[in-house]
Amino acid sequence: MNSAPIAKPAGSEAAGSLLSVRSLSVEFGSFRAVNEVSFDVQPGKTLAIVGESGSGKSVTSLAIMRLTDYTGGRIAGGEILFRPSSGEPLDLVKASDDRLRQIRGNEIAMIFQEPMTSLNPVFTIGNQIAETLILHEGLSSRDARLRAKELLQKVRLPDADRLLDRYPHQLSGGMRQRVMIAMALACRPKLLIADEPTTALDVTIQAQILNIIRDLQQEMGTAVIFITHDMGVVAEMADDVVVMWKGNKVEEAPVREIFAAPKHPYTRALLSAVPRLGSLKGEPLPKRTPVTVMDGGEPKLVGETRVQDTANYAKPILEVEKLTTRFDVGKTFLGRVTHRVHAVEEVSFQIYPGETLALVGESGSGKSTIGRTLQQLIEPTSGMVRFEGRDMNAMSHGERRRLRQQIQYIFQDPFASLDPRHTVGYSIAEPIVVHGLIKDRKAIDRRVQELLEQVGLRPEHAKRYPHEFSGGQRQRVCIARALASDPKLIIADESVSALDVSIQAQIVNLLMELQEKRGLSYLFITHDMAVVEKISHRVAVMYLGQIVEIGTRQAVFENPQHSYTRKLLSAVPIADPQRERAKMRIEGEIPSPVRPVGQEPAIHRMQEIEPGHWVALEADAIRGAA
Amino acid sequence: MAGFILKRLLQAVFVVLAVTLIVSFAVRLSGDPAIMLTGAGSVTEQDLKNIRQALGLERPFIVQYLSFLQGIVVGDFGRSFMGGTSVSKLIGQALPATLLLAFASLLTSIAVSIPLGVYAAVKRGGAPDQLIRILSLVGLSFPNFWLAIMMVLFFSITLGWLPPSGMEGPKSFIMPALTMAIILTATNVRLVRTSMLETLSQQYIMVARSKGLKDWVVLYKHALRNSAIPLVTYVGVQFGNLIGSIVIVERVFNWPGMGTLAFDAISARDYPVLQGSITVLALFIVLINLVVDIAYGLIDPRIRTE
Repeated sequence: MNSAPIAKPAGSEAAGSLLSVRSLSVEFGSFRAVNEVSFDVQPGKTLAIVGESGSGKSVTSLAIMRLTDYTGGRIAGGEILFRPSSGEPLDLVKASDDRLRQIRGNEIAMIFQEPMTSLNPVFTIGNQIAETLILHEGLSSRDARLRAKELLQKVRLPDADRLLDRYPHQLSGGMRQRVMIAMALACRPKLLIADEPTTALDVTIQAQILNIIRDLQQEMGTAVIFITHDMGVVAEMADDVVVMWKGNKVEEAPVREIFAAPKHPYTRALLSAVPRLGSLKGEPLPKRTPVTVMDGGEPKLVGETRVQDTANYAKPILEVEKLTTRFDVGKTFLGRVTHRVHAVEEVSFQIYPGETLALVGESGSGKSTIGRTLQQLIEPTSGMVRFEGRDMNAMSHGERRRLRQQIQYIFQDPFASLDPRHTVGYSIAEPIVVHGLIKDRKAIDRRVQELLEQVGLRPEHAKRYPHEFSGGQRQRVCIARALASDPKLIIADESVSALDVSIQAQIVNLLMELQEKRGLSYLFITHDMAVVEKISHRVAVMYLGQIVEIGTRQAVFENPQHSYTRKLLSAVPIADPQRERAKMRIEGEIPSPVRPVGQEPAIHRMQEIEPGHWVALEADAIRGAA
Repeated sequence: MAGFILKRLLQAVFVVLAVTLIVSFAVRLSGDPAIMLTGAGSVTEQDLKNIRQALGLERPFIVQYLSFLQGIVVGDFGRSFMGGTSVSKLIGQALPATLLLAFASLLTSIAVSIPLGVYAAVKRGGAPDQLIRILSLVGLSFPNFWLAIMMVLFFSITLGWLPPSGMEGPKSFIMPALTMAIILTATNVRLVRTSMLETLSQQYIMVARSKGLKDWVVLYKHALRNSAIPLVTYVGVQFGNLIGSIVIVERVFNWPGMGTLAFDAISARDYPVLQGSITVLALFIVLINLVVDIAYGLIDPRIRTE
């Protein structure tokens, strides 16, 4: 594990440090989640702690405020020296509960990953922000409310007055995260710990939240510990970086040094796996490249460099024409529909054999609804879907069943999509049995083993249960299950979004390899532009249920025409601290696709600006996007 | 919210209609009141017929049912077959006794279960949690009539501290209320514990702790209200069960409530009293559940704005 020297932080006894973590170890039962980790945080600076799942980065962040006390964790050793704004520096490990409570929320505050669940659903926004102020600053509830309003304005929430009396469920994820930031910064803490604060948010919202954190940090002189797995966010936010791996700190350096000259093999592996927007500039086709993975502490290069020249543009395998899907929501007392979700509005596209079409967009863009409609999980409101030239509407019951065999689906959450009570072998065999593809029990077993090998697992894994696998392995199992019925088209709905980057890179390579071997077509649904660039032949950008731009990957990425495409591209954090970007100031929420009955959305007219590159005319398109 | 309450009220009307129909029908399966009135012996078939005629039992069922319904609307449940007292008056005397007992048991149980359940959840897996779980299982395993008899033996007969029966003064409430509260508490503690455990694992609880709030504020302000929905639901259901078991407990303690009234009415085939008392109890259960539905909205703003 210690194959490379661990970089010593410059002047580790730094007298000016706001926070100084010394040989901190945290244990859960007999499991050591964090092992002798040390780092310093300077006043007003940002330290990023990076690592993948299981690296101990989140546990470290909770331990600083001793919140691990409430999760069954035990600080097994070390010191957490903190310099409060008044009084002597103290060791938080030894601090009394009363002293800790004075520091929590007042001197050190925290923002958590899931904005949807971070706010208490039964109290108003104003109430929740004011609570901290009343507690630590002894304000009257009237004054606290006034301050809460100022704070909401600071995090650029419009209509702060009315927001005070709103409940969390009435706000979007991005708005909730801003409320969370307002709450955390209420008492002007010396240190803000942000644990993956933007991971669950759409990219354009992420860009706004990062801006707010940065601006307020400068204004208040707050130091920030930023916990993340996203190297792009690190490059944009951090002054210094601590890299964690399996509970240990493996490297610490200023941000530029980490990116320019990573010392530890794990850091190098991590950086090599990060998809970088713009890495395929000038190349017409997607390309797979080897990934560095850690194999027993040693970096190892897996995979090959290969141009993904697999698409055959003679005849489309799938044609979608003016597909519209709406859902009724909101009913009157008598059951009359008042509002509809216009999830998909007159969307048309084709997918060709061996081709990957990426469907990109943010929450509410309708991208997942299209996937589910094609998989026949949702009935479309109108429009036509043709598979190999056959109209889905005209298909008999039996033909529709066969279609389900030809089109397979891979979901985002591999754990939730596998039955925990069955072996993975059973789950993989299920489509074979359901569609009656192979009758003989032994032949089915052989086929399952073959499939497991194809996705990079071992045949004997068939007898194991889902919980015995890691996240990446489970997604491989899901891919094997999707392949079991020998499909021609696979719909991958955010299939790699929840995975760590190194695993993500391997799964993307696996999907591309399978495409080459089997001539598969993919409909790749995602919000992640960097992954899209790597895997797709063509890209369709969706906004509020309609395609606003569609074309080859090269055309869309190198010559984006629609303002929303540009906005989306500019919002992606770039994993390069050297690069100063001409930042587009992104403002505004993603509008809701819910409309009152009778108010139909305008359908964009598309214009072909170069062969195969279609863009929605802006005049009648989304106005708020620019 | 107003539309929501209106909808529930409309549903309640149908529930009450169904209950009255079932009750009137079932009551008439219990036996012939004419025989009960005359006692066994020297009556002719014609005498019985005359009695039935006088009681209005010769009319077709639907007519009897409709006149019963009509009575409910104006609050007149008819007169008892035994002695001719107005049923409304009998219910008026018995209902407060029962309701007082029911609420005393329910409130005692809630007051005990919440702190115990919260404590068990916080100390999950620890000795206090185990002890509370074992005790609640023990409490669940007792049949309430047995518990009632044991208490009478011990507190009234051996120690002579408490009156063995009747409703006289606050002391007389202790044993009947406790009998029912013990059994309610056994389930409620477990419910509070499970519900709190679920809530305590939520992110917003960690957020509340990260604000520096005191433990009891986190538990009783932030967590408890979020755990309250399943609790309130269950209390609504429980109220129905409570009314059921109250019949037995009232018998044991000779409590002058609805249970005793209904029980005696069954024994005497006193249709009007039986119909009336069961309808009133059913109305109360419907009412409590309506209150529960409204309480959801008050507890959880997500339901309010739906």
